[in-house]
This record gives sequence, C-alpha cells and structure tokens, in this order.
Amino acid sequence: MAEKLAITVCDATLRDGSHAYSHQITLDQIRAYAAAAEGAGFDYLEVGHGNGLGASSLQVGLSKETEGEMLKAARGCLKKTRLSVHVMPGYATIQREIVGAIEAGVDLFRVGAHCTEADVTQRHIGHVRAAGKEAWGILMMTHMVEAEVLLEEAKKMQSYGAQGIVLMDSAGASLPDQVRAKVGLLAERLDVPVGYHAHENLGLGVANALAALDAGARILDGSSRGFGAGAGNVKLELVAAVLHRLGYPSGVDLYKALDASELAAKLFAGSLPESSPVSIISGLAGVFSGFAKPVNRVSKQLGIDPRDLFIELGRRKVVGGQEDLILEAAQELARKKSPATQERP
Amino acid sequence: MTASKKLGVAILGTGNIGTDLLIKILRSPHLECRLFAGRNLGSPGMMKASQLGVAVSARGIDAVLEAAGEVSLVFDATSAMDHLKHAPRLEKKGIVAVDLTPAKVGRMCVPAVNLNDCLGLPNVNMVTCGGQAAIPLAFAIQKANPKVRYIETVSSIASRSAGPATRLNLDEYLGTTEAGLGLFSSCPDTKAIINLNPAQPCVHMQTTLLARVEDPDLDATRARVAEMVALIRGYVPGYQLILEPMLENGRLATMVRVDGLGDYLPKYAGNLDIINCAAIAYAEAVANRRGN
Repeated sequence: MAEKLAITVCDATLRDGSHAYSHQITLDQIRAYAAAAEGAGFDYLEVGHGNGLGASSLQVGLSKETEGEMLKAARGCLKKTRLSVHVMPGYATIQREIVGAIEAGVDLFRVGAHCTEADVTQRHIGHVRAAGKEAWGILMMTHMVEAEVLLEEAKKMQSYGAQGIVLMDSAGASLPDQVRAKVGLLAERLDVPVGYHAHENLGLGVANALAALDAGARILDGSSRGFGAGAGNVKLELVAAVLHRLGYPSGVDLYKALDASELAAKLFAGSLPESSPVSIISGLAGVFSGFAKPVNRVSKQLGIDPRDLFIELGRRKVVGGQEDLILEAAQELARKKSPATQERP
Repeated sequence: MTASKKLGVAILGTGNIGTDLLIKILRSPHLECRLFAGRNLGSPGMMKASQLGVAVSARGIDAVLEAAGEVSLVFDATSAMDHLKHAPRLEKKGIVAVDLTPAKVGRMCVPAVNLNDCLGLPNVNMVTCGGQAAIPLAFAIQKANPKVRYIETVSSIASRSAGPATRLNLDEYLGTTEAGLGLFSSCPDTKAIINLNPAQPCVHMQTTLLARVEDPDLDATRARVAEMVALIRGYVPGYQLILEPMLENGRLATMVRVDGLGDYLPKYAGNLDIINCAAIAYAEAVANRRGN
C-alpha cells in the first residue's frame, strides 16, 4: 500500500462556532481555546465572525468583540498553529478589513464565494498573495452544483493565486458519494491541495470527511464538539481519531485534541449544536446552516413552523449571506397562514 | 419637429448598463441618443445599437468629445478608473457627465431625494444600483426617526445580471453605497453588503434596509416609506415594497424588490433598471430645464 500523505487539519471552532453563539464569543474564550488548539497541534485555527471578516452586521448579527481584538487575542496564543480568517467578498473589502487583518498577523486568508461565483474572489486573493500571505479559495454551498462546475470555479481561484481549495457543505446537505465525486475530480485535476468542510445536519459529518479523504482530500475542517452553524460541523476530535485509526500522518496530538474538545464543551456549554427536527429539515432543504438561529427567532415571533420556513427558503435557493430574506419569506408564510391577523405583526 | 428639440446625449460604455440605457432613451420624449461609443464594434451592445440605427463609434471618449456640438450630456457607463480620466475632459468641453460608475467625481444624485439640487452641475454620480434602491428608504427612515444610530443595506442580485466589471469591483460598490447612505441619511455609521445569487430562474433584485433606531416611530416610518416608494415608482415603475417597515430583534427592517422593465436584460435585472431609470430621470430634468 502506498504511503499516506499528510493531512492538514483546520480548526473552525472560533469562526463557525460564532454562528452557534450568536457571535458573542469573548476574548477570554478565544484565548483559552486558542491555547488548547495550539497544544493539540492543529495546523490552522480560524477566528472571527461566522461569516468572516466584515460580517458583523444587523444582517447576520453583530459580534461582541471587534475583529482586531479577536485576532489579537488569538495571535498572542499561537506559535506553531497558524491563524486563519474567512473572507467573503461582498461583506469584506480589501481596504476596510483585509489590510488590517494582515497587520494583525493573520497567516492564511480563506477567501470564499458561493460555489458558482469564484470570480468575485480575484482581487482579494491577489491582494493577499501580493502581501506575501497565504490564500485559499473556499467554495460554499457545494451541494448545489455538479463536480464539473466546482472544478471550473476552483480553477479560477487557482489561477488567481489560491494555494488550496476547500469545498464547504455549508448546508450539511451532501451525501458521501457526492463528496467522493466532487473532491475526487478536483483532487485529480487541480495543482493545489483540496479540502472538505462538513456539517452534521444529516449526521454525515464523519462519513463525508472520510469520503473526502478517500477521494484525495489533503485538508479537513472541523470544530471541537462540532461547535458551528446549524447542527454543527464534523467534530474535530472525531476527525483526529479517524486520521489516527487510518494512519494518516498529521501534526495532531490525539489526546490533546480530545482535551481541546472537552475545553470547548466547558467554554460553550449550553450552546453546543445538536441534531434537531429543524436542523434535519434545514439539511434536507439545502439551506445555509448559519440561518438556524434567525429562522428559529423569526418563526417564533411570527408564529410559524421553522421547518416550513426552511423549506420555503430552500425553494427560493437562497445562498449564504442572504439572511434578510428570512424576514420576507417568514412574513409571506405568516400571511398565508392567517390573512386577517398578520397585517401588522 | 419635436425630435430636433430633444436634448442630444451620448452613451459611453457598451456593456449591460450602456445598452439598457440606450433602449430606454429611445423611448424618451426628451432625450435623443446621438452616439453610442465604446471600444469594440463587435460587442453585443454595439451590434444592438447598430441594429437600432444609432450612430456608433469604437473610439470611446474621443468620439464623444468630437461630438460636443451635437451632444450636451453623456452617460458614462465604463468603469470608475476610466471615468476619473473622462471627467475633466468632458467638463472642459461643457458636456454634462452622468456617471454610472462608482468613481464619485461629482455630486451623488438620487432623484427621489435631491434631483433639483443636482441640476446645473457639470458632473453627477448615480451612486450604485443598491444605493439608488436603499438611500431613499434611509432618507425616509431618518425623516420619521430623529435618532437613527446605524444604517445597513443588503442587496441581492441575480448572478447573470452582474457583468465582469461589477464582479471585479465589489469593494468599490460597497464603499460608494456606504458613502451615499451616510451622505443622505446624515448617519455616520453605515454598512453595505451585496450577495450574488445564481438561482435559476434568476432572482429579482431585492434590497433590504436595516437600522438601529432609538425610540422608533413605526407608524411615521411606514407613512414616510410609503410616500417615498410612490415617488420612486414615478421613475422606476418596478420598485415595490415587499416588507413594510417592522421591528425585529432590535432592528428596524424594510425591504423592496425591483423588477426591471426587461429592456436589454430580462425583468430580473432590476439592478440595471434602477440606476438607469435614475440616470434618465436626471437627464430628462436637465432637458426640461433647458427647454428641450
């Protein structure tokens, strides 16, 4: 059997987890967890608002702490583990956010776009590379298109200078065979390493991570205790265990990865994601997991079933970042349900 | 003949925006397009213009400047970088520039809010599509609520309606939209967000306005917003309120959808329509003022 290639492990706990915590993660929590991630030997730790740089907003939710403070807190705790941020053009701009993040010592910029819109990342990736920092391309909501489309979009990002491509199952809607086909095609045809970012809406996080590995993924994302949007991410401690069992080399210390997961459970007790009727329907409807909290909140206010709202949003093919449509779609459902009483909610 | 009394205008830039403008101008009782100028005679926009019998040129700004006698106003639908070079040359020739790029050379013009203040200026900037949709709402909210602390706007547009220049210039779009929101609402703290949605069939442009307001007056807000929407519909027929102002989770929220007229791109491209309808409303007001 051929020797297995090393796997790069990316910890999304302090970024994707922001969704699960209504963007209220504190600097003390960042410092405590970052030290544990460093100890566990994860290659990268991602920090910031759930939708990345510049996303603290009424649209998605305001962060408790400023971006600069969060990055500084994490930076101070990391030596070997590199600091990464999520960047979505349309939210983050080069001058307003990326320049400052470079100054704050971010090592890796994961520049993301909806899976058919890679060309909006050109200038942001270019800027990061010209500044001598590492940039990857992130394709989001990858359940929505076929492997060939993802390959075309990933090639664009590669041509802009992306040094890695990560496919995100942002809605937790993908099945292992689909993951295998998509990661496999990209791993075969791209010059840069390919990664996978799994969510748990359908309980397939580990299965999908494993399918990605089988198909040639060299990068895996996960979160301690799954701390992330919707039903959560694939649990990072399980990723560590599976890599260990399969004999993939990585920089991860298994016991310390398990300790980091215990720390996350303590730090974020009461907000750890779990499977629920709403998160399952959200996965089946193929809607961005980050919508879970606002969907539940608005459904309660307007007296509608959040599952109906997720199905309606799925029908409209909303993409990550379109949280404002929740209000309008909910209003429409409420009106249909009870035309007389809902004029002035 | 009335035709000769129309204001002579030119369009610079033959992409989606420029070509849609052309079709709208051909319907205008006050404007006559005497030149459609760009760089490439083979572009789809150029071919459309030729078919429609409009004079075309591949010599861009130079052709416009040479037509100074014929042309009193030019719509610049190139790019922010290009407009920075065009602006001083147009002003020297006395040609009014209606800038549809985010170059921000001239005064920002949102017809429902400040049309009259912009007449007589050598250069006006039409902000952005999202700005044209959101700024009047921000203005209405501020009129109804003295304590607006923060304003944010989110626009979603169909991927197919966003050409290559738009995609490459999202940062400039955000910066210009934020500057416009701040200018017209007198609120120093503003934010703009844009989402491109590839769904098929294409989504119609939607713009949401979110605000943090101390002691919000919802009834007054609804009345002001309704008045403003009616005013905008006077020049953007497809502009419609789809979420009446409401309070949710400490936010004041309202939302509009913009259906296009389906002139060059299909009806989903309300983003082209709103900025072009605004530019034409301005140019027609200039024409009226000059007695054209």
